[in-house]
Amino acid sequence: MNPAYSVIFFTTASGAGYGLLALLGLTASSVGQSPSLAFVLVSMVLALALITAGLLSSTFHLGHPERAWRALSQWKTSWLSREGVAAIVTYPFALAFGLAWSGLYPAPDAIAPLGVITALLSLITVFTTGKIYATLKTIRAWHQPLTVPVYLFFALASGSALHLALSAFFTRDPGPVAPVALLSLGTLAVLKFLYWRAIDQAPRDRTMGDATGLGDHVRQWEVPHTTKNFVQREMGFVVARRHGKRLRGLFYILLLVAVLLELLAITIPLVSIIAFFIVFISAWVERWLFFAQGEHVVTLFYGNAQA
Amino acid sequence: MTALPQTTSKKLGLVIDLDTCVGCQACATSCKEWNTQGYSAPLADEDTRGADPHGPWLNRIHGYEVEDTNGKDSRVVHFPRSCLHCETPACVTVCPTGASYKRAEDGIVLINPDTCIGCKLCSWACPYGAREYDVQEGVMKKCTLCVDRIYNENFEPEDRQPACVKACPTGARHFGDLGDENSAVSQLVKERGGFDLLPEMGYKPTNKYLPPRAKRDTPQAGIEALPKGDGSAMDRLFKLADRLLSGN
Ligand code: SF4
Ligand code: SF4
Ligand code: SF4
Repeated sequence: MNPAYSVIFFTTASGAGYGLLALLGLTASSVGQSPSLAFVLVSMVLALALITAGLLSSTFHLGHPERAWRALSQWKTSWLSREGVAAIVTYPFALAFGLAWSGLYPAPDAIAPLGVITALLSLITVFTTGKIYATLKTIRAWHQPLTVPVYLFFALASGSALHLALSAFFTRDPGPVAPVALLSLGTLAVLKFLYWRAIDQAPRDRTMGDATGLGDHVRQWEVPHTTKNFVQREMGFVVARRHGKRLRGLFYILLLVAVLLELLAITIPLVSIIAFFIVFISAWVERWLFFAQGEHVVTLFYGNAQA
Repeated sequence: MTALPQTTSKKLGLVIDLDTCVGCQACATSCKEWNTQGYSAPLADEDTRGADPHGPWLNRIHGYEVEDTNGKDSRVVHFPRSCLHCETPACVTVCPTGASYKRAEDGIVLINPDTCIGCKLCSWACPYGAREYDVQEGVMKKCTLCVDRIYNENFEPEDRQPACVKACPTGARHFGDLGDENSAVSQLVKERGGFDLLPEMGYKPTNKYLPPRAKRDTPQAGIEALPKGDGSAMDRLFKLADRLLSGN
């Protein structure tokens, strides 16, 4: 699948935003008022800005952005629609939570319930994003049980890394999320390892012969176009195995560096800012690979022998 | 609406004969020609005079080379591919806007060009590559089964057929109700062993493909030897002409 930058930006930015929002909600509901108003305001604004930037970028890549509201209508069948609904529903709760938590609207009793609801809605939104991909039977590498967990843990890992960085900056204290950050990075590495093993082991047992019904000894003879058509531009892209391996290696190295930096941040808190950027870059690498290694079954009609 | 109808009263679709299709592209061009002026917006191409001309086509003709199992012989099979108007297609259920829908009355899968937002997700969900995005209109396009022809009362009854079916010079495309087992198309499918593309995907395509027939001649028979000349003046003249023209 073509790794379109707008989609990679959308899923990584909004993933980090929702992850941060979820962790802010959860920590606030257990720890209560934050010692630093600046931390509360900046982290809330940053979380919502990341989410909004992601949503806007995904809207702008539509053919008709002005009709985007229509995408909220088919939540009964479409995960993309559900994602839109979940994203919209999260906003008012997140705003209410931010107001209560910051004390701008004094309601200390509301912090905990609003925090939990905001966290849940954030994670549900990321879940729906993962589901859009995981339910596509046409792309074997996406139609996997681990696709959704990886999306969720990426949101948690990048959100908690950002949470660490923000608390380090404003309070010089890694705060209660340090173990969450480390655990989510570790889980992510394991999930991704298992995911890659699963897609490598999944038999590519659909053949050109199955697609065309012409048996085992069939090959492409004439293409049905002058230059590459939409289907090939959108779905024909697959990264070479060799490059894929190298990028996977890079991903593991980035995660390892991030873990080490987050450990170091226990003594030198500000290092966690670098850790966050490393996690975010690893998210880009992973998301790019997720697309580039998604082999679409339609390629069988276009000369791919098996998929 | 993107919920699929439980059943459809008819299952209109095409039956495509891989034996008789000669790959002439008449169906593809007539499809483009009809659909650039019919239902939905024009099917405009990009960079038509430049180095990279491309644009949405609703019907494309692939060519495949099929080798004999003994590896001694091969044949070319022309393979038209358009929307199969599946019974349980995910291209419809993934659509967030309801622009993509399957009609309960005849099973035709359509896109409403006035509500499609051009998110392209439906094209990812189609295993058959039947949906192509129209950059100029910002909406998805696909075969409409010529819904604006087959019910068109302004046409003579014999013209109420898809453009591609009417255009095919070898009669390789058949249109009809595949839900009615007595229809001509259903009979044809039964007789010729019509098959589904990628049945294991579970989309239950309505369109069926008829396999190429077994070859009647074999290359082992060889090219027949040319008849020997009779040595007449006419024969010698032809031989001279042959030598001059072939340059030896
Ligand atoms: S062929 Fe593709 S576009 Fe047509 S109904 Fe089936 S899944 Fe949908
Ligand atoms: S491109 Fe249009 S028809 Fe396809 S899923 Fe998106 S809104 Fe629906
Ligand atoms: S039925 Fe109409 S729209 Fe579909 S392939 Fe034939 S000509 Fe094109």
